[in-house]
Amino acid sequence: MKSKPYFEQRRDRRKLLRAALVGLASGTLAGCDAVTQNDTAVEVLRSAESLTRNVQRAIGRRAMAQEFAPADAAPAFRANGTTNPAGDAYAKLAASEFAEWRLKVDGLVQKPLELSLAQLREMPSRSQTTRHDCVEGWSCIGQWKGVRLSHLLGMAQLRPEAKYIVFHCLDQMEEDDEDSVYYESIDLDDAFHEQTILAYELNGKPLPVANGAPLRARIERQLGYKQPKYLRRIEAVSDFASIAGGKGGYWEDQGYNWYGGI
Amino acid sequence: MSPQGEVIFRHRLPVRVMHWVNVICIVILLGSGLQIFNAHPALYWGADSRDATLILELPKFPGWATIPGMQFLAMGRVWHFFFAWLFVINGAAYVLYTIFSGHLRRDMVPTKSEWRGIGRSILDHIKLKHPHGDEAKRYNVLQNIAYLSIVFVVLPLIVVGGLAMSPMMDSIAAGWVDIFGGRQAARTLHFIAAAIIVAFVLVHVFEVIVTGLVNNLRSMITGYWRVPK
Repeated sequence: MKSKPYFEQRRDRRKLLRAALVGLASGTLAGCDAVTQNDTAVEVLRSAESLTRNVQRAIGRRAMAQEFAPADAAPAFRANGTTNPAGDAYAKLAASEFAEWRLKVDGLVQKPLELSLAQLREMPSRSQTTRHDCVEGWSCIGQWKGVRLSHLLGMAQLRPEAKYIVFHCLDQMEEDDEDSVYYESIDLDDAFHEQTILAYELNGKPLPVANGAPLRARIERQLGYKQPKYLRRIEAVSDFASIAGGKGGYWEDQGYNWYGGI
Repeated sequence: MSPQGEVIFRHRLPVRVMHWVNVICIVILLGSGLQIFNAHPALYWGADSRDATLILELPKFPGWATIPGMQFLAMGRVWHFFFAWLFVINGAAYVLYTIFSGHLRRDMVPTKSEWRGIGRSILDHIKLKHPHGDEAKRYNVLQNIAYLSIVFVVLPLIVVGGLAMSPMMDSIAAGWVDIFGGRQAARTLHFIAAAIIVAFVLVHVFEVIVTGLVNNLRSMITGYWRVPK
């Protein structure tokens, strides 16, 4: 059998290669979308999250977030997510400057608490000027003042089974879905961290509604979505599988990582 | 010697494997990185994001360029962090391999005479004139400068810029991120480094095509390369 002339072989090879490259390029993105639809594949991709968390925890369990000078604070602290919780209940609380508002601390504790804003303000406080990093990519510096979460947990006395702290909030994320109330959860490393505070002041003034009035969490070594606003209840739990979507937070239930240190 | 020229063994197995792992990682990191960028398509220089630090606002990248194709920040992050680990492990293995196998010293660091020939090499590249015979068996000086600066400057920069965006990593030694101008500046550097890598890949693929696509591709798959006469 006579083989094709050399230049024809070369042309054929070139055609084949071109087809392969075009297929590779369009196939990669289509392939990635197909993988995103596959639960097992997504599980594999998500395995990197625990690797990241374990490595970061191993090298910096007690590390302190960078603190800035109060003068570094942004002129207006950027508000994101809910900026004014819907509903009459919140409006009523806000109208009386949160005099009727109470923070509950319960769950796996020896002594459940119910605290007013005035009581929280009388407790030992911590001030810190820190950078808030949103998962979207932006950062904003603000000066916060509040009570350390460890102080409240010390008062309530965690039971040994407690592994996580769950924050329940006043804001509902979707208007017609009562199960879409914001919540978040952290482990005890973050709960007892020196800089983890429940802030009632921003830049020297009472916390504005847009930033989570009357009380929001500051968990400085994690992204913004891990630092819930509009707190109403703090619950100590052994696991969070039975709460809402079971992933430990409103955004986690939408697919975001539970570990928000990265 | 065959009529089509001498065939030499050019790329050893570890280099070939790490090269293709790199190709997969870079494609996915770029697509998922653009997905993440689309959540806030603006760049700043400084610690935080405000009017005074804003340097560039861009339109969102189109769906065909992002992973996943639709806007889905959460999933973009899942893709990005998995392949970031793979990319860093692969890159670290490559650096160790090049050092301990002698590949770095033998093939990549330009010799004194190669440095002196840099002007001619630039002209040759512009004229698309490529070396033949024995001269072609060694990477040329511009090629080596490109490889070395990507491996030892741009890739470390993109990794450190990525780590600087992690609030937990920033806490490990509070304030280290100020070396790069603050977290938002580090984010900008991460983006610039990605753009340099894209430019490198474009030039790399262009040179691969004009110096013999099939021959070059085959050498990165089988290891064997036909020396141009």
